Amino acid sequence: MIRRPSLPLAQLIDLLLPVAAVALALLVGAGFLLGLGVSPLMAYGAMVKGALGNTSGITQTLTKATPLLLVGLGICIAFRGGVINIGGEGQIIVGALAATAFALAFPTWPRWLLLPATLLIGALTGMFWGGIAGWLKARMGVNEILSTVMLNQIALQIMNFLLRGPMLDPEQIAAGTNIPQSAALPQTVWLARLVPRTLFHSGAILALVLAGVVYVLLWRTTIGYRIRAVGLNPSASRYAGIPVPRYAVLALALSGALSGLAGAVEVTGVHHRMMEGISGGYGFSGIVAALFGKLHPLGTVPASVLFGALLVGADKMQRAVQVPSSLIVSLQGLVVLFVVASELYVRRRTRRRVGGGTPEPTPEAPPRSAASPSVTVLPQE
Amino acid sequence: MLEQLFSLATIVGILHSGVRLATPYLFASLGETFVQRSGVLNLGVDGIMLMGAFTGFYVVFRGHPLWWGVLAALGVGILMGLLMAVVSVTMQAEQGISGIGLYLFGLGLSSLLFKTLIGSVEGVSGFPRLHIPGLSDLPVVGPIFFDHNVLVYLAYLMVPLTWFTINKTTFGLKVRAVGHNPEAADSLGVSVDGIRYLTLMVGGALAGVAGASLSIGLLNVFQENMTNGLGFIAVALVYFGSWRAVGVLAGALLFSMVNALQLWVQVLDIPIPSDLAVMLPYLLTILVLALTARQIHQPAALAKPYERGE
Repeated sequence: MIRRPSLPLAQLIDLLLPVAAVALALLVGAGFLLGLGVSPLMAYGAMVKGALGNTSGITQTLTKATPLLLVGLGICIAFRGGVINIGGEGQIIVGALAATAFALAFPTWPRWLLLPATLLIGALTGMFWGGIAGWLKARMGVNEILSTVMLNQIALQIMNFLLRGPMLDPEQIAAGTNIPQSAALPQTVWLARLVPRTLFHSGAILALVLAGVVYVLLWRTTIGYRIRAVGLNPSASRYAGIPVPRYAVLALALSGALSGLAGAVEVTGVHHRMMEGISGGYGFSGIVAALFGKLHPLGTVPASVLFGALLVGADKMQRAVQVPSSLIVSLQGLVVLFVVASELYVRRRTRRRVGGGTPEPTPEAPPRSAASPSVTVLPQE
Repeated sequence: MLEQLFSLATIVGILHSGVRLATPYLFASLGETFVQRSGVLNLGVDGIMLMGAFTGFYVVFRGHPLWWGVLAALGVGILMGLLMAVVSVTMQAEQGISGIGLYLFGLGLSSLLFKTLIGSVEGVSGFPRLHIPGLSDLPVVGPIFFDHNVLVYLAYLMVPLTWFTINKTTFGLKVRAVGHNPEAADSLGVSVDGIRYLTLMVGGALAGVAGASLSIGLLNVFQENMTNGLGFIAVALVYFGSWRAVGVLAGALLFSMVNALQLWVQVLDIPIPSDLAVMLPYLLTILVLALTARQIHQPAALAKPYERGE
């Protein structure tokens, strides 16, 4: 991937910065653990053992990594395109809702038709949800950070409404328990399990393939080049004749599509029904994974596995040494803070290399090599 | 059943709840107004609120006076604001993303501390209602406006205070200058970074108090993620209110009134899906932002890290 031979050391440091950020976060976490009177070695040991120590742990890790990767790929597209998509949670929810409703509406369709159609519906609904934020930004000038946050809440309320009313499982009504979840999906729409008697499903393969697709899209197509150009320098892109607002909509819509697909995959692969908490914080954790992967689709793959392992390990740690798994949420936050803070170093060096006070390379400059992205300063409103 | 909604007692009840529920929005949004006026977008308000809510609650839970709880929440808020300042001002990080980091940090840490230090959902007796002789006894007006705890009054007091500080003091002038044209402010000897550190600390302090107003003022419990995204709304309200204290007040009241209405609809068992009612303020916020975004001048340097030229 590293095509530019110059400054190999600098590039090595670029790659190591996120690793250092995680190490630093774990170090702070060790401080927390000591404060709680728990041996960090024992707690982290339980995490590693739980997440990677046996088949069950590994498959759980990969199962968690799947939605993280899908959301993270969407984040790569959005952030590369200079739009900040915080709406992953909402996009997952609407994707999962639509996929569930669709599969329940056409249970008699054959598998070869129903399964792809269900996943597609999930992706399209997420695309629509992300596209709203894109349209609001392009046409109305509404900050996408705010609109995606609002759309998260709206999606959440739609879910609460549907799962307590129209979509509530008839069996729940009959039993009088009224647990807010939908009826079970027909078996024809379940994603195949890759390892028997685990939750690990073929959605992981789909996500992996899409990582390649997103890479090709961003670095091998005109559309992808333009998305990145708009992200790096919107005004130069405008002069180059790129319709900037249209690409902002596109970036958000594609990002939403991947999150919506993540929702559909969770429903068809793991839960086999729609239920509360389906988004599981993946909308935010996906951002963390994408940042850790340097906003590169292929970097996001190992990043998703790492954060999937952290999520699974945290649950195991909770059971083994009674340390609440929320520790990992706060460590994720620290990773984000450390990664974005460390970008200053990358930015300063890039500028020195470009020479003088040129703030950001224009899209006319040779496209950056895949290994040295520095989407640090996203464009302003 | 609907006619129940329009009885005087119910309307007074709704307005009373609405006035009361605006408290956390006001604290957090007014704090964020300072921050954004100085050109920084602190998206991590929700995380700070959660830390403030936990800290305030814990202090009171351990038997200390209520005001200690508020002060502790304020202190934790300042610390969180400082963390944001180091990352976003000194390290010039992309603010939309660092805010998410701060949010996750606060969300996780408050939940971790809650589970290890308290464990189960417990209640405390929070700030009592303050009876104001004369005013509280007024018919209709009394129960709506003058039957609240001291934090509620304090939140409303912050509105003129924020307006005055931003518009009429030297500090406020510097804040506006730094947010509007940091280069010019810098050349006149105003420390851009210094002002932004200060506003982030002020914003953090108020977000911390906003959290405490929930846990020891309004609800008097602490639960994991008890803000439920309220802090993100608070950030949006600053845009909604076009970076002015009075606008923020209007937005906060809108949100709290709709919430109050929705709660009463549930209490009276009126068959309107409350989930859909809860959705309304969010839809309305998007609508208002869409209709006004083109006309309103946001602080010119908002969300742009400042780096001195050579």
